[in-house]
This record gives sequence, C-alpha cells and structure tokens, in this order.
Amino acid sequence: MSARVLVGYFDSEEKVLDATRAVREAGYALHDVYTPYAVHGLDEAMGLKSSRLTWVCFGGGLLGGSLALALELYTSVVSWPLNVGGKPFNSFPAFVPVAFELTVLFAALITVGSFLARVKLFPGNRRVALPRVTDDRFAIALEAREAPSEASIAEELLRRHGAVETARMEVAS
Amino acid sequence: MSHQHLSPLRVPLVSEARSLGQLTEEICAPMERAPTWRWWAAFAVAVSILGTGAGIVAYQVGTGIGVWGLNKTVGWAFDITNFVFWVGIGHAGTLISAILFLFRQKWRTSINRAAEAMTLFAVMCAALFPVIHMGRPWLAFWVLPYPNSRGSLWVNFRSPLLWDVFAISTYFTVSAVFWYVGLIPDLATVRDRAKAGLRKAVFKVLSLGWTGSHRTWSRYETVYLLLAGLATPLVLSVHTIVSMDFATSVIPGWHTTIFPPYFVAGAVFSGFAMVLTLMIITRVVLGYEHLITIRHLENMTKVIIVTGGLVSLAYGTEVFVAWYSGNPYERFAFLNRAFGPYAWAYWTMVTCNVVSPHLFWFKKVRTSPAAIFALSLVINVGMWFERFVIIVTSLHRDFLPSSWSMYTPTMVEVGTFIGTFGLFFTLFLLFVRVLPIISIGEVKSVLGFARDTHGGAAAPGPRRPAHSAAEVLPAPALALATRKDVPV
Repeated sequence: MSARVLVGYFDSEEKVLDATRAVREAGYALHDVYTPYAVHGLDEAMGLKSSRLTWVCFGGGLLGGSLALALELYTSVVSWPLNVGGKPFNSFPAFVPVAFELTVLFAALITVGSFLARVKLFPGNRRVALPRVTDDRFAIALEAREAPSEASIAEELLRRHGAVETARMEVAS
Repeated sequence: MSHQHLSPLRVPLVSEARSLGQLTEEICAPMERAPTWRWWAAFAVAVSILGTGAGIVAYQVGTGIGVWGLNKTVGWAFDITNFVFWVGIGHAGTLISAILFLFRQKWRTSINRAAEAMTLFAVMCAALFPVIHMGRPWLAFWVLPYPNSRGSLWVNFRSPLLWDVFAISTYFTVSAVFWYVGLIPDLATVRDRAKAGLRKAVFKVLSLGWTGSHRTWSRYETVYLLLAGLATPLVLSVHTIVSMDFATSVIPGWHTTIFPPYFVAGAVFSGFAMVLTLMIITRVVLGYEHLITIRHLENMTKVIIVTGGLVSLAYGTEVFVAWYSGNPYERFAFLNRAFGPYAWAYWTMVTCNVVSPHLFWFKKVRTSPAAIFALSLVINVGMWFERFVIIVTSLHRDFLPSSWSMYTPTMVEVGTFIGTFGLFFTLFLLFVRVLPIISIGEVKSVLGFARDTHGGAAAPGPRRPAHSAAEVLPAPALALATRKDVPV
C-alpha cells in the first residue's frame, strides 16, 4: 500500500515543529512527519493521541504473573507435591521471585512484539526511508488529494515555514 | 556556527558544536573504515585468550570438575565468585539505560549503548560458570520446568538457585530486547548510508524497515519508557536473587538480611567501574572525547562514591551485627575474615572498595582520565575479592573444626576465569566494529542542549516565521523558551 504525498524537507527541529503546526492549522491532512530522532513536542503538533501500548504492557505483565503462579502451584501442589525441608506445599512467598521475573519477561516481550506489529516493522520489510531523514533531514508528508492548484498552495505554505525542498511522491503507508 | 549562543545556565552535553550530519558521520565512521592495526592486535590477544579458555573448559568438562581445587568443606569457591563478579558488572548497563532514563539524566545518551552491550557480554560470561559447575552442561536444560518422562518431576520452585535461573535468563532477554529496540533507528541510519552490498543487505534486515516516521517514533518512545520501567525493578531483583543464593542458607557470614541491598550496591559499584574502564579506552581510541566528555566520567565517579559508600556501610553493619547479635559462630566468621588465614584477601577488599573510592572526592582525580582508569581497575579487583571473601572465608572454617580446610584455586579455575575475559573483550571489540557504539538518535536529540540551536539549524538559513519565539522574545530568553528538553 502506498500513498501519494507532498513532501517538504526541513533542516531543523524548530522549523519542522513550526511547519507541522502551520499545516494542521491550515487544515491539510498530515500523512506523517519523518525525523532522524524523536522530536519532543511533535506529538502535540501532529495531534497524536497517547499510545495504548501501556495497556498492552499491563496485560502482558498480568498474564506472565498469572501463568507463573499457576505453573508453580500446579507443579508444587497438584502434580507432584514434594516435601522440601518441611515447608508447606503451597509456600507462596517462595513463589514470588519467579512470578515477578516472568511478569517482567512477558510484559517486555509482549509490549515490544505488539509495538513491532502495530508499526509494521519486521525483517524483510521493503519500506524505504526518504532521503536523509535518518541522517539530518526532517520531512513533512501531506496527503496530496487536492487538485494540483491547491497542492502548489500547500507547497508555498511549506516553503514559507522553512522547507528547503519539496517533492511529490509515493510513500509506503 | 557563528550565531550559536551557549546557555548561561547549563553546560552542553556534547562539548563541541556538531551538526546532525557531522554526528552521524562521526559515529558511523569506525564501522565503515578498515580496522586499524591496534584493533587487530587487541582482537588477536582477546581471541587467543578466548581460545585458551575454551580449551580449558573442554578439558574440565571432559575430565570432570574434580580438577578444581574444591574440597568437602569448600564446595563453592572460584566459579561462584566469578559468576557473581560478572553478573555484578552487568548491572551498570541497565542502570544507565533504564534508571538514569527514568530520572531524565540526559548525559546517559552517549554511554548507554556501550554500557548495555557490556551488560549482555558480562551476563554471558556469568552464565558460563553455573553451567560448567553442573559438570554435565549438556543436561543444563534440566533447570527448566518442562513435562518429562520421569513422572513429570518438576524443578523446586522454593530454591533460590532456581530463582537465579529465571532471574538471569529474564535479565538477559529483557536487556537484549531493550538494547535492540534502542538500536533500530541507528541501524536504519547505517542502512541508509551504506552503498549496495553486504552491509546494506544485513542492516536492511536488522532495521526492520524503519523510516523515521513520527507516528512510529511516538509509540517507540512509549515502548522505550515502558521497557525502562520494567528493567528498573528487574535489575534490582537480579542481584537481590543472587544474594539470596547465600542469604537463605544457614552459613554464618551468609545468613544475613542485609545481603540484597548490599549486593545490589556492590553490583552497581563494580559495574560503573567496568564501564569507566571500557569507556576511557574507547573514547580515546575512537576520538570521542567530545561525546563522552570529562563530565560523563565525572558523573560516573560520583555514582561510584555513593555506591562505594553504601558498600562500606554494609561491611560495617555486618561486622557490627556479628558482634551485637552475640552469636558466637557469626562473630567467629567475621574475626576469621579479618584476622584468619584469608586476612590478606579481606584487607585487599577493604583497601580497594572502602578506601580507594574516596580519592574521587578530589576534583583533580575526578577529571583525570588516567587516574579514573587506574581507580576503576582497583575497584574491579576489590569487588572480585569481595565475592571471594564472602564465599570462601565463610565456608572454609565451618561449625566443626575437624572439617576446617583451606582452598587454593587450580590452574584450570584461574584459566577459565581469564578465558571469560577473552570472551568479554572479543565480543566488545566486535561490537565496536560492527555497530554504532553511541546512540546516534539519542545524542542528536541532546545536541542542542544548552545551545540555542539544534545541530543542523546552525547553518545560516531563512528567517523564522513571524509568529515564532525568535521574533517575540529577546535573544537570551530564547535560549530557554525554545528548550523542549527541560532537564532536572
């Protein structure tokens, strides 16, 4: 899947922030902004909502902890209760460390896995980055659905806000 | 760079003005040029040591661990010492990458990548020792709870040694994932710089199709924060559980409630010493003195002063409690440590860990890489002796004087330990060659710290639009008003 976009290139964080706010105020549909590092403030400028991955992480932790406790209870109490130094079969405090470790393990792996799936990052991915955006350029991609005349107005807007270059192209969505 | 203003309030994190492009160039350069003869020399030494170590391991696995110096009284000695030593070193990486991240310590950005790599390599070295100690390492999978044909005989979830299995393997996995997630944007940078060829192909796969999209960055930041939040209690739990291997036993000198915090403090102490040892060499060899600045080194020495203080307090508390408890066995264990046949090891430990960190109170010492390097080695030695003292002196004179004995390591044990240094340095030298050892993306975000521009903006360009802060505020206020990365 790819989208036709109008791309404006910028050479600094401030300019890209400023231009992002400007194009949104002017009512253009923002496809994406590409930056070499996580620019703080761009979330607000783009109007992105905070990620729901925190809930995924919580769920992952809950799952890991429950599975660990279930495994410990099943093996030590149900499947083969073994008297170790006269301790009770269900010696809950002793089960905490392993349950804690598996909580962290599941939360971490499930969070990262969900993240990669959500943003479609995987080995063998054919997506290509715009020129220099992983180095020293910042790029704003506007969805180019408008008529060509309107596109040139958008181009003008980007340039007025510091774009050093603009281009019309297709990018992977 | 003519119109850059330095903030009157803050010191820049990157000590020389750099544009974004220059920074990419600088950090990628070592991977893209042929290795120097110095690298080859260091690599040759490391690989030889690794090879010798592998031979020694093969010998002891083939012969049986009777070739060690252990006896009926001292059943744990050199290998467990080395295990705890390496795990401890591994703690600094996650501390720097996770805990300092949560505390918004932006200076961590130039050292976190290398420190995390060091963590992974140190944990690999550590994990070798218990596996070799099993005697039949091919049965190591028995430590996992899996349904089996022995009735399903399960592992004992009440044993701290089993907790250790889960703690170390979780720690390694989560640290590796954290490290890799941090690497993805930089892998894409390397991919986009590479000409068509092997490097391009490899980094294309590794970077998973990263495009620098901010919709991705936004979630990426959330994930990074979550991982930091998960890794923080994890790193504290790991050495806590390692200390429980000892604390849950009934041996005088081991059976103390102070062990978990004491071990965690010691781990951070030794880990920072090892990070300093490596970073001081790396920054000079690769010419990164402006990225890993004296200030970075100084901050780490301050962490060493604090954790060294905690360790000293723990030593003092142990001795006090041995006397105050009135327990004759406990009291004997500590008198024996300080004045018995292993007194030399005890006093080496005290000199290295309690006395030497206090030299860092002097600014001259804190800002001299040579002095820091020397002291970091001293602390590494001291922390190795700490574990040796805890393990061997507590065991060698136990409750029954008739079974008292002495322990001396054999050449096989010493060789295995030296061999792990070969493994550690081989991996570290490879890492320096094949991956960006400084987080390019993160350092870019702090390039403008305490400067009024962010990297690339330093080049003369079109004026800012009228409604930007530049037009409204006078210049000195601008330095603060445009700052997104307000530090603590």
